[in-house]
Amino acid sequence: MIVADRKSLEEILSMVETDKKILVVGCKGCVTVCNVGGAKEVEVLASALKIARKKAENELEIDTHVLERQCDNEYVSQLGDTVGDYDAVVSMACGVGPQFLSEMYREQVFYPAVNTTFFGGATQHGVWEERCAGCGTCGIHLFGGICPIARCAKSLLHGPCGGSSNGACEVNKDTECIWDTIVKKKMEQGKVDDLLAVKGFKDWRSARDGGPRRSIREELVEGNI
Amino acid sequence: MRLSYPTNVKVIQVPCTGRVDIIHLLNAIEDGADGVYVAGCLEGECHYIAGNLKARRKVDYVKRTLEEIGVEPERVEMYNLSSAQGARFAEIANEMVEQVAKLGPTPVKGSCAA
Repeated sequence: MIVADRKSLEEILSMVETDKKILVVGCKGCVTVCNVGGAKEVEVLASALKIARKKAENELEIDTHVLERQCDNEYVSQLGDTVGDYDAVVSMACGVGPQFLSEMYREQVFYPAVNTTFFGGATQHGVWEERCAGCGTCGIHLFGGICPIARCAKSLLHGPCGGSSNGACEVNKDTECIWDTIVKKKMEQGKVDDLLAVKGFKDWRSARDGGPRRSIREELVEGNI
Repeated sequence: MRLSYPTNVKVIQVPCTGRVDIIHLLNAIEDGADGVYVAGCLEGECHYIAGNLKARRKVDYVKRTLEEIGVEPERVEMYNLSSAQGARFAEIANEMVEQVAKLGPTPVKGSCAA
């Protein structure tokens, strides 16, 4: 899933500083699963903002709504009747949400309430870790099911590097050296020789280096069949 | 045991403090309560295993949130006592009222604020 962290209340308050009536919109997708922008978090943010503005004797009227997803226009369009009633809209979805909203409702102002961080999963309740870099050319099977693109600080295909020390990365001692983990796993499996194979140059054009990406599935595009 | 505790404490019963959510505590402050505290079972004694421990984490979250927006975090507290400690219940109510009285009226002028 896409993982995000909520921005500080100070930052969000400064965004809506001049507004009197706002809408806080959550998303039932990834940000609900990572407990940052679902129904619960929307109410908590709205309440915190109201407390802060009441304290400043500058009350803020806030309505809340949670969309099934903010990355699909069919759901985004559900705000059509009400979106114009507000001075601004705060989106608690990942970075995709406020963009889809902005594209559909060109007159309205949309503020992002979260910082979108990475593609990952929960390793324990309350802890999320990066697992995928969305490079567009998946090769995790070559590395014992572990992705060095996302999890090695240098995205090395032939690791580890000299910065690996006792299983930790030199970038941060709390970050595991994923190449140490890959080698250990291959040794456990008795397949360490697999790592001797030289991988060809990685084509980074399928990653962000090739510019914004687009995915088309012909069978789903209306009018094609 | 006819113990008295301050009349300005309004008791809201829940089956377990694990039922108390962040939004309940925030709503109390938002609506003008001068303070709000959660009285849970003794740590390690929760019938539902960890309800009171979860409540403490939620109280801590609310304290951090209030601090971030300039409201005294001491307006929200977590206490632990057993249902057999009636005297302690009255003592805690007095303690909390005294703590909040020191802070003065809430700076959050909600619809229920005096």
